[in-house]
Amino acid sequence: MSSHDEERVKELLRQALKPVESEPESSRDLWPAVLKRLDEPSIQVPWFDWTLLGCLVGLAAFFPASIPVFLYYL
Amino acid sequence: MASAASSATDRLEEFRQGSIDAFEMLFRLHQRAVYGWILRIVRNPSVAEELTVETFWRIYRTHRRFRPEMGFEGWARRIATHAALDWLRTKQSVEVSEEICAEPAAPQAGDPAVTAEIRRKTALAFGRLPPKLRVAATLAVVEELPQKQVAEALGISVATVKVRVFRALRLLRKDLERQGIRP
Repeated sequence: MSSHDEERVKELLRQALKPVESEPESSRDLWPAVLKRLDEPSIQVPWFDWTLLGCLVGLAAFFPASIPVFLYYL
Repeated sequence: MASAASSATDRLEEFRQGSIDAFEMLFRLHQRAVYGWILRIVRNPSVAEELTVETFWRIYRTHRRFRPEMGFEGWARRIATHAALDWLRTKQSVEVSEEICAEPAAPQAGDPAVTAEIRRKTALAFGRLPPKLRVAATLAVVEELPQKQVAEALGISVATVKVRVFRALRLLRKDLERQGIRP
């Protein structure tokens, strides 16, 4: 892609997406929600996620060629 | 002046030690900046509010790892960026594209040859990009923030930011060409 093409795509992107105003403000006070969140017990990782992680580690160990594919999608 | 600086340093140190009062002061001081930063990435006010709460929760949870000499703002921005990236990774590209398309850029801005349909297709194609490329391109191209600031927030080098932006633009161009749009 030439630098001219790059500039054209950038310009198109800027026209498609509106930049956020300089000092946006949330619609409500978020401190009570932060306090509530702090009071909640920390989330336990479900067993399924650990199993999935184990499978991925196993796959990477037996098929190292798959590592770049995983890294690409991270 | 010196006393104000000393008080700020004390507050950071108190936060590091787990003081909830110091944390609240830091929250009041930085919540707007953190919210604005997240909004730039996710482009949805209610999600940005939710992620601001998540960010400050992560900040407090890791208070012992905070180093006052490194400053609070950059640290908070980095945690906010990762919280937003985590959210983007859990969303389907179609949902993200709908968020992006909800507020298209003003039609009168820029090239008049670029129709509303082209802008919509561009936003949709942008929503299909991998999140890490999309975040780099959003911050560096759409929001036109300094690449150094983007690099610090993402925890990568400026060179990597440039590579991610280039890859995002290349993929976007290919996607648009597949739809018959020649940028």
